[in-house]
Amino acid sequence: MDADRVSRALTRIAHEILERNHGTDELALIGIRTRGVPLAKRLAQTIRDVTHHDVPTGALDITLYRDDLMRAAVAAQPVVRKTEIPFSIDDKRILLVDDVLYTGRTIRAALDALIEFGRPKTIQLVVLVDRGHRELPIKADYVGKNVPTSQSQSIQVRLQEIDGRDEVEIQES
Amino acid sequence: MKKDLLGIGDLTPAEIYAILDTAEAMREIGQRTIKKVPTLRGKTVVNLFYEPSTRTRTSFEIAEKRLSADTLNIAVAQSSVLKGETLADTALNIEAMQPDFIVLRHASSGAGHLLSRICKSRIINAGDGTHEHPTQALLDAFTIREHKKRIEGQKVVIVGDLLHSRVLRSNVLLLTSLGADVWVCGPPTLVPAGIAQSGVTVSTSIDEAVVDADVIMMLRIQQERMQGAFFPSLREYFTTFGMTAERVARAKPDVIIMHPGPMNRGVEIASDVADGPYSVILEQVANGVAVRMAVLYMLAGESETEN
Repeated sequence: MDADRVSRALTRIAHEILERNHGTDELALIGIRTRGVPLAKRLAQTIRDVTHHDVPTGALDITLYRDDLMRAAVAAQPVVRKTEIPFSIDDKRILLVDDVLYTGRTIRAALDALIEFGRPKTIQLVVLVDRGHRELPIKADYVGKNVPTSQSQSIQVRLQEIDGRDEVEIQES
Repeated sequence: MKKDLLGIGDLTPAEIYAILDTAEAMREIGQRTIKKVPTLRGKTVVNLFYEPSTRTRTSFEIAEKRLSADTLNIAVAQSSVLKGETLADTALNIEAMQPDFIVLRHASSGAGHLLSRICKSRIINAGDGTHEHPTQALLDAFTIREHKKRIEGQKVVIVGDLLHSRVLRSNVLLLTSLGADVWVCGPPTLVPAGIAQSGVTVSTSIDEAVVDADVIMMLRIQQERMQGAFFPSLREYFTTFGMTAERVARAKPDVIIMHPGPMNRGVEIASDVADGPYSVILEQVANGVAVRMAVLYMLAGESETEN
């Protein structure tokens, strides 16, 4: 996927979100660190361009909720970064945003983390790429692109805000 | 990182910054309605305290609970130590119950090192004799960085009982390794021999030392360790080395005043300074929880054989 296709996919998802939720009432975007955060901000911008309404946007770090922490205890712990959700999620329609959906374990951790902040009305999942190989019963509500992969491959999502350019690349490893 | 945190001397500057950055993220957890994450679920932490402590023990316990660890406190006043059990035997008996961490406060320097040799649990030194108190130095560095944005190049003046202070030792190691301009100041009888070799400027005049200071850190006069006649009286100490508003005025206008607690008001610090606008003493306490969460989290990932 090149920059144009990433941009078109996000625009389409923004419209799908508005259609399915009948507007911006009670909507809030929460990006999963790292690359879910700029994606959430772009969706908020597109929604603002279309509706002239601001959708609150936050950032969630799921490191402390991971299910693989301290199982092997061979490497240094993953870096923990700040969770920033500057609004109440109670009774909101939360759009959880991540770059790649793979095993589903990140999303499981994110759901656990999120419900400790309150009781949202709904949580819907937005991903730029769904590459398959789920290990948990989790499904995305909005998908930028389905990319069939083998487990030996890896998907690299690069975003302007972090990597200097937009692209999605499949790498053999 | 090693599996144990026995002193600042074990940490590289990169590891110190990693702990401070992690503590930034941990602090946000303390501001939530539900102040708890599941990270150390199923891990057991024993807080073994051979010396009285309110701040440090409470701070560790809150940090452990916010990470969902199971914690228990052993205060020596209620334990078999009174029946004559040695530290090593007590530690081995605790170890037999499979804890994951032992947080140790002890009056003897090197007590943590002894436990580190005989225990598989991860050992965190919460103060050993006059040797080190690493989590205090880390929370002090966190507080300095928050106010001054950086530690490198800051003039930090540490005043008080330099001889008996483990807080001093840990802070000197940490601040010099991160490039701060560290001054230490106290009565000549309380200046340890050879301290100038650790890269600090030594002064016995507080009025000289505090000029243009970015940070002033007061140390407690440890009356329980004052067997020798180090100075004539507490009143004279206050006159010569106490932090007063007049002395604060010699420092930079945005100076911060720190104290590891517990404070002796009217001995090392005047009440109006302790409660004044430059004081960050209660912020230090608040930051202690986040820093200890960071240390627990980072040590939890280290393997037992790596040490």
